Amino acid sequence: MTEITTIEAPPKTRRGIPDFMARLVREKPLGLIGGLIVLVMLIVAIFADFIAPYGYMDIHLVDRLHPPSAQYIMGADQTGRDFFSRIIYGARISMYVGLGASAINVIFSLVVGLLSGYFGGVTDIVVQRFVDAALTFPMLIIVITLMNLIGSGLIQVIIVLGIWGGIGWIRVVRSAVISIRVNVYLDAARAIGASSFRIILRHILPNIFSIFIIIFSVSMAGNILGEASLSFLGFGIPPPYPSWGGMLSNEGSRYMMEAPWLAIWPGVALSIAVYGINMWGDAVRDLLDPRLRGGVGRYSGVGKKLKKIKAKTIK
Amino acid sequence: MRTYLIRRLLLIIPTLILVSMLVFLTVRLIPGKVIDQMVAQRPMGGGIGSQIDVEALRHMLGLDQSIPVQYGKWIADMFHGNFGKSLWTNLELKNEIGARMPITFELGLMAFIIAQIIAIPIGIYSAVRQDSIGDFLGRSFAILALSVPSFWLGRMIMVFPSIWWGWSPPMSYTRFSEDPWTNLGQFILPAVLLGLSMSGTTMRMLRTTMLEVLRQDYIRTAWAKGLRERIIVVRHSLRNSLIPVVTIISGQIPVMIGGAVIIEQIFNLPGMGRLFLDSINTRDYPFVTGINMFLAVVGLFLILLTDMSYAYLDPRIRYR
Repeated sequence: MTEITTIEAPPKTRRGIPDFMARLVREKPLGLIGGLIVLVMLIVAIFADFIAPYGYMDIHLVDRLHPPSAQYIMGADQTGRDFFSRIIYGARISMYVGLGASAINVIFSLVVGLLSGYFGGVTDIVVQRFVDAALTFPMLIIVITLMNLIGSGLIQVIIVLGIWGGIGWIRVVRSAVISIRVNVYLDAARAIGASSFRIILRHILPNIFSIFIIIFSVSMAGNILGEASLSFLGFGIPPPYPSWGGMLSNEGSRYMMEAPWLAIWPGVALSIAVYGINMWGDAVRDLLDPRLRGGVGRYSGVGKKLKKIKAKTIK
Repeated sequence: MRTYLIRRLLLIIPTLILVSMLVFLTVRLIPGKVIDQMVAQRPMGGGIGSQIDVEALRHMLGLDQSIPVQYGKWIADMFHGNFGKSLWTNLELKNEIGARMPITFELGLMAFIIAQIIAIPIGIYSAVRQDSIGDFLGRSFAILALSVPSFWLGRMIMVFPSIWWGWSPPMSYTRFSEDPWTNLGQFILPAVLLGLSMSGTTMRMLRTTMLEVLRQDYIRTAWAKGLRERIIVVRHSLRNSLIPVVTIISGQIPVMIGGAVIIEQIFNLPGMGRLFLDSINTRDYPFVTGINMFLAVVGLFLILLTDMSYAYLDPRIRYR
C-alpha cells in the first residue's frame, strides 16, 4: 500500500513554511487543489455535527430507501438514516484513521529506522532482515489476520495500519540517517563528548524532519484506503459507525439495485478524498524530496530558466 | 550473474525463516483468545468442535506444548508436505490450495498483463511529451487509478449495466477446462479492475525514470546521429528505464495478492482470497496460518523471479 521510495539527506538550507506555500502555489497547482480537498475534508470532519442535517444514527423508518430529494440530498438507507449525514460523519472516521495511522507510521518508522541507521552493525542487520520478511507478506492478508485476532474497531484499525504501514518506511528513514551519519559535524559532536541521545535529537532529527512530513502526507491516502478495504471486507470498523468502506459493503451492496445511491456516494467520497490526499502528498514529496528536486522536478524549471536566459542574451 | 543469483537465493533462507516465525507468532501468541473464540464458535451439532472441551482442544492443537516445540513441529509438518488440516471440515490445506491457486494465478497473471498494457504506453507518452496536455491527462489518470478503490468500481460495474441494460457480470464460476471462453470472459472484468489499480504506480515510476534517462548524454548522441524517435525511445531509453520499474513491480506483488482478495470477494471467484476470507470468518486457525505462510512464500518467489528478470535486463549484473 505504500510506494517504495528512496530518499537521501535533505538540503541543509531551511526554507520555512511561507516559502513552501509560495512554491506550492507557483509550481504545483494540482498539489494546491489536493491540499484544498484535504482542508475541506478536515473542516467537514471537525464540524460534522454542524454540517450534517441529521445524526448518523437517526432512524426514520417511514423514509426507508428514500431516493435523493430536497429532504435527503443523497437519499436515505434501509432504516431511513439520512445518507448525506452518514457520508459527512464518514469523513470524520476517515480522518481519524488517516491522521492517526499516519502518525503511528511516522513514529514507528522513525524509532526503528533511527536505531537501525544510527547504530548499524548487528541491530541494523537484524532489523533489515525483519523488514524484508515483513514486506513479503501481502499486507491486506496479514492485516486482516491481525484484525481478526484482536477484534474490529477504530482504535485497532489505527494501530494495525499504523504499525504494518510503518514497516515499509523504515528503510527510507534508515537510508536518510545513514547519509547524514557520515557528516563531519557528527564526528565533531562526538569528539566534544555529546551523547548518542543528544546527537540524534539535535543533529539528526532536525536534518531528516522533512522526511517525516513526506511519510505522513504520502501514507495518509494508503491508510484511508486501507481502512475502507478492511471495513468493506468486514474487518475494520463495525456498523453502525459510518465508515465509507463499511457503508459500501453493507447497505451499499445489499440494496444496490433498489437504491443505487447507497453504492455510489461512499465510493465518490472516498475517491475524491484519496485523490486529493494523493495529489497533496505528491506535491509535498516533490517540493521536499531533494532527490526528485535535483532530478526530474528541477529539469523543467532549469529548462524554463535557460529559455529565459537565452531570450535575454538574444535581445 | 551466477554470483548474483546465488547470493540472491541464499538471502531467501533467513527471510523464509523469519517469515515463518512471524506467521507462527502472530497467530499463536494469542492462544488463550484463539481457544476461547473456537469454543464460542463451535458448531451446535456434529463436527469436531462440538464434542471436545477446552483442554482436549488445546492438546489437539498442540497448544499445551512450549512455543519452540510447536514451531518445530509446524515446520517439520510443512517439510513433509503437510500444510495443515481444517479444524471444522477435515479438508487438507494442500488439496484446497491445489484447487484454488490456479484461479488466483489466472486472475493475477491477467491483471499483471493488463496493468503493463495500460501503464507502459501511457508512461512512455507522458515522459516523451512532458508537460503536454496528454502528459497531464496521463498523470491525472495514474493518480486516479491509485485513488479510486477497486471494490467500489466493482460495485458500480454490478449496478449500472444491470439497471440500464439488464446485464450483470456472471457470478458462477466456470472452469477453464470446461469452457475456455466463458472462463476468460468471466476473468476479464476482475482482471481489468485489479490491473487498473496496479497500473498507476508503474506508470508514474516509468515516467520518472524515463525522464531521467531521456536527459542522458547517450540519448543526445542518438539524436545527433539522426536516429528516428521510435528507435531512441524504444531501444535506447525504454530498456534502461525498465530496470527501476521492475523493482517497483516486485514490490507490488504482495499488494496484488492483497487486491486479489477483494476482487475475488466481489466477483465471487473461488480463489485463494476467498479461501482465506472463509477460513478467517470460520476462525479456522490452522488454515489461516497455512494460507498466510503459503502466500508469503508465493510472494517471496515471485519477488525472486522479478529480481532475476532485473538481472537479465541489467547487463551490469548479467555479466558480473
